[in-house]
Amino acid sequence: MKIGQIVEELSLNILAGERFLEREIRWGYCCDLLSRVMSKGKNGGVWITVQTHMNIVAVAVLTEIACIIIPEGIQVEEEVLNKAENEGVVILSSGMTAFELAGKLYKMGIVSWDD
Amino acid sequence: MTDKNQIMKQKYPIEAGNFTLAGEASGQIKKVLKQLGVDSNIVRRVTVAAYEAEMNMVIHSVGGNLTLQVTPDRITVIAEDRGPGIPDIDLAMQEGYSTAPEMARELGFGAGMGLPNIKRCADILNVHSKMGEGTLLEAHFDIKAR
Ligand SMILES: Nc1ncnc2c1ncn2[C@@H]1O[C@H](COP(=O)(O)OP(=O)(O)OP(=O)(O)O)[C@@H](O)[C@H]1O
Ligand SMILES: [Mg+2]
Repeated sequence: MKIGQIVEELSLNILAGERFLEREIRWGYCCDLLSRVMSKGKNGGVWITVQTHMNIVAVAVLTEIACIIIPEGIQVEEEVLNKAENEGVVILSSGMTAFELAGKLYKMGIVSWDD
Repeated sequence: MTDKNQIMKQKYPIEAGNFTLAGEASGQIKKVLKQLGVDSNIVRRVTVAAYEAEMNMVIHSVGGNLTLQVTPDRITVIAEDRGPGIPDIDLAMQEGYSTAPEMARELGFGAGMGLPNIKRCADILNVHSKMGEGTLLEAHFDIKAR
């Protein structure tokens, strides 16, 4: 499934990386502890997190995560978005909670990172 | 360490407490390895290990250096800091053990998974530490094996 499809279907806001919406998503993972995300570290994932600081960009770049979704309408600083833009990281946001987002993505056929 | 077969060696200074720059050195390492045409699975393992070692120096040490060394059959990541050292390395290696300060935890660090991640990614991991002097972590990755 392409990032563009989930953006459309879940009405997500695009905060950074608009030119990469063609990128494929194969997995989903939901966690706010960065080393846990690093340990799963498969490429092509959608990662839901409430963390919004610079290091989410580093984690996404290093593990080649397809896109990050920030839930609950949490704001992300301009600096972080600029960095994401430069590094080719897609950051999306939504008013939904992480729970709702994960449920909807799962229904759309995105499996768990471990599967 | 010098090696006549050495392809390259790069050293990146790591500043304690600088969360804005954190991950920058590992990002450079990833770029260099990709340019060298290293297998993508190995690149990912080296990068994860480098990032965890880099973050540990940012969070837990007073600062140090991250070094990448490449030879035709081996990649080595070395994290060497100037203190304070790890009192019990076996304990530190356990999944879930963390002394990360509140401020780092708020940013999502402190799962106590960094060292276990490095161990899982590397083919060989050596950690030496002396209280008051510092910690030396060496992670080796075989290019041909696996
Ligand atoms: N370079 C270092 N200097 C001093 N202590 C260290 C260093 N690296 C690790 N430690 C100690 O080892 C513990 C475990 O490290 P580890 O990377 O596994 O977890 P963490 O950094 O606390 O959390 P996480 O990596 O999951 O964000 C740390 O909490 C710290 O006490
Ligand atoms: Mg750590």
